[in-house]
Amino acid sequence: MTAITSLRPRRGRNVELLLLLFAAAIITLAYCNVEIAVHDSLPPDLLYGVAGMLAIALTFHVVLRWRAPYADPILLPVATLLNGLGLVMIHRLDLAHGRTFAGGLALKQLTWTALGVAIAIAVLITLRDHRVLRRYTFVAALTGFVLLLLPLVPGLGHPVLGAQIWIKLGPFTFQPGEVAKIVLTIFFASYLVRTRDALSVAGRKVLGFTLPRARDMGPLLLAWLLSIGVLVFENDLGTSLLFFGLFVAMLYVATERVSWIAIGMLMFGAGAYVAYLLFGHVQTRVLLWLHTFSPAALERSDQLAKGLMGMASGGMFGTGLGRGRPDITYFAESDFIVPSFGEEIGLIGLMAMLLLYAILVQRGLRTGIGVRDGFGKLLATGLAFSVALQCFVVVGGVTRVIPLTGLTMPFLSAGGSSLLANWTLIALLLRISDQARRPLPDVIAPRPRSDADTQVVKLR
Amino acid sequence: MGELTVTLMRLGLLALLWLFVFSVVGVLRGDLYGTRVLRRPSNQPSVQPAPAAPARKPSRSEQRAMARAAKADARVPTHLVVTEGPLVGTTLPLRESGTLIGRNPESSLVLDDDYASGRHVRLHRDADGWVAEDLGSTNGTFLDGMKLTHPSPVEVGSQLRVGKTVVELRR
Repeated sequence: MTAITSLRPRRGRNVELLLLLFAAAIITLAYCNVEIAVHDSLPPDLLYGVAGMLAIALTFHVVLRWRAPYADPILLPVATLLNGLGLVMIHRLDLAHGRTFAGGLALKQLTWTALGVAIAIAVLITLRDHRVLRRYTFVAALTGFVLLLLPLVPGLGHPVLGAQIWIKLGPFTFQPGEVAKIVLTIFFASYLVRTRDALSVAGRKVLGFTLPRARDMGPLLLAWLLSIGVLVFENDLGTSLLFFGLFVAMLYVATERVSWIAIGMLMFGAGAYVAYLLFGHVQTRVLLWLHTFSPAALERSDQLAKGLMGMASGGMFGTGLGRGRPDITYFAESDFIVPSFGEEIGLIGLMAMLLLYAILVQRGLRTGIGVRDGFGKLLATGLAFSVALQCFVVVGGVTRVIPLTGLTMPFLSAGGSSLLANWTLIALLLRISDQARRPLPDVIAPRPRSDADTQVVKLR
Repeated sequence: MGELTVTLMRLGLLALLWLFVFSVVGVLRGDLYGTRVLRRPSNQPSVQPAPAAPARKPSRSEQRAMARAAKADARVPTHLVVTEGPLVGTTLPLRESGTLIGRNPESSLVLDDDYASGRHVRLHRDADGWVAEDLGSTNGTFLDGMKLTHPSPVEVGSQLRVGKTVVELRR
């Protein structure tokens, strides 16, 4: 007769299945739309395509029922839908470039999707409790820094259009920064959960907020040096902004002190300004950003201008899938996939997709609130925030809010490393949310103490 | 297939995308309202006149059981309220599965108190009501001023002192 009953917690697995089927239906419709608009007939391999996609998604779903029954039911359908829409757009660009399905980027992307989901499933099966990751604090740090600096190793690094963020091993190219994102989040979370008391309590109060002590600034300085190093030597503002922003955000979440954000932003701003004064390639980026349509900028690159024109021609409702010309822009299937969508499904469709990202991030942050251990809270928040920041850097770059950089849009852009990393990220979030939503186990009473069994061995 | 089909598909795609977003948001709404508060079934006899069909009068034993339930109900606590200490004002419902108080971050009531042990005291449901049990804490738990040496029943108004914190049981 209590007023508040604790309901049997809803696992949401059936809701997840329904949403998955809904997502699959949307992807199928988009695929048919492309084929009918381009070839005026239904795709010949429609059944195989749909079956393959459903098989991948449903396998993940079954694994969740088995290994993480209380995991968040929203994450998987949203990630599946974004990944599927990305596939459709890549296939559409393949058609525009005269490539067949078998010889195009779409098949590659599908293979990487399958591989990414397989790795995510492996993570869910082997990692029963996310707290295990806390043991590998400094291993994670070392791995992360090595991965981040790997493209600078001569012979291994593979510069693409000025940005040195790729490595090349035989026929394979890989972007280690994507994996470093996850590994460094694990490091930041386990490091900050240990040191946050010292970072949040000590300090002097100046002008309303508490300044940290000089010796607590060490980690922040190190992160700052690393990100500025990435900016200068790898010519990649996006990765640099992503890591520094992630570190500052997690520092803020761990310590609840606004001064960290102010200090961090001032430091990044100052560092970026000095880099702008000293390095030519940074100046080029800023020129392309501020004066996109000036002759001097168009001479160097008209990619950003073409992307903007594409989005403008799409307007509110878009030209319809298969009816626009997103293929005119370079990298329309990776860095510029957002303008490609903007052109073909319009502002209305693009807003829906951005909302899907917002929902993904919200679920991650909600998981952070729900989980009970400090490490899990920081890890979930950091992973969710990294997705949000990455979306901001990409969408901000193509819409001229910030200078354009070479990050990929999670799940949408063509690119294996990005897909692998983001599916792993989803697996980690699912694992943490399973812990967060699992009902509290009954408290185990300590074994009854019997005086006869216990003997004082040593008294000090 | 005509232009009409393509146009319909393109607008249908936009509609479905938004429908997906809204159905996800619909699922999320459940998250905003975590616990459901049920209306308590009233124990008072109905003041309205008896309906035309003669209602069966409850038997003596049933009446006694109901009276006992009502009486027990008034004494069985459902909430913990912190009345002293740094967390003063905090309220939390008692869980059927047991409520743990201590410094351990997995406790229901996490104390930030040097005088509290990690797993200090536990409240659990017994056949007759709630029982407080000291889990071998270093500095002890005091139930209404008496040191808790063995699991003791608690009722509404009982006060538990753990370190600097005093917790009162309420309905």
